[in-house]
Amino acid sequence: MADLLAQRRSPLAHLAGELAATGFMRELPYLSSYEVRADPAEPAMARLGAALFAGPLLAAAWPTAGRAVGTGPRYALWCGPGWYLVVDEPGTTLESAMAGLPAVDVSAARTVLELTGPFARDVLAHGCAIDLHPRAFGPGSCAQTHLAKAQVILHQTATATYRVFVRASYADYLARWLLDAAVEYVRRIDE
Amino acid sequence: MLSVPCPWCGPRDETEFRYGGQAHVAYPADPAACSDAEWAGYLFMRDNPKGWFAERWFHSAGCRRWFNAVRHTVTYEFAAVYAPFTQPPGVPS
Ligand SMILES: [Zn+2]
Repeated sequence: MADLLAQRRSPLAHLAGELAATGFMRELPYLSSYEVRADPAEPAMARLGAALFAGPLLAAAWPTAGRAVGTGPRYALWCGPGWYLVVDEPGTTLESAMAGLPAVDVSAARTVLELTGPFARDVLAHGCAIDLHPRAFGPGSCAQTHLAKAQVILHQTATATYRVFVRASYADYLARWLLDAAVEYVRRIDE
Repeated sequence: MLSVPCPWCGPRDETEFRYGGQAHVAYPADPAACSDAEWAGYLFMRDNPKGWFAERWFHSAGCRRWFNAVRHTVTYEFAAVYAPFTQPPGVPS
């Protein structure tokens, strides 16, 4: 198993240099993620919330529409009614906590791009139709939507820090699109 | 570009959705008993009003839920969105 892990390549490994050169974009590869589909009112979901998130943070309530709860590295993102994505650090296995619930390990389905800094929102806004202004979308907001026509999950983890969950097969396209959209801002950082 | 008010996600661009045609088309109670004409009517015949129209939408790039909407086919205005299998709220006249 260790040999296999040593040989794996993330969907954006080949663009790590270009992303780093922008100064505000990077890939967060191999994050663990689980899709959970259940009514948050079910007792099993309350138990899972309590098991995943110490304290009253999530045990009481799974995130409402358009929201994510948790503090890094573990988050639960609202994807739709009764549909959540639980995200954690690479290598985290949550199967035992999710036993008995309709939950699937989808870690390999997507990779994550993180954009940080004063230009992150502007770069995303070039290709995203939803309102990312702080009055409408802030830390703890998340949305499944289109970014540059690719289906993504946007998650704002902090002020001026955004995660873009994109399917592995779209990652190269989307990262190159973001690199292109970022050109004017990279120059501004240099100046 | 239409802005479609998903009842769960809020207003989103039309490109995030699939259109599902007329809402409230009842499945025949006994499909095997339908004549060819009745079955074809169920499959193919739809209203095409100039005005308010109850129709189905699917938020394929977002919450991946179906919902119903009342939309004006001339002005494209949305009067209401509501859950599947429920009746439309009062439709403007
Ligand atoms: Zn939706």
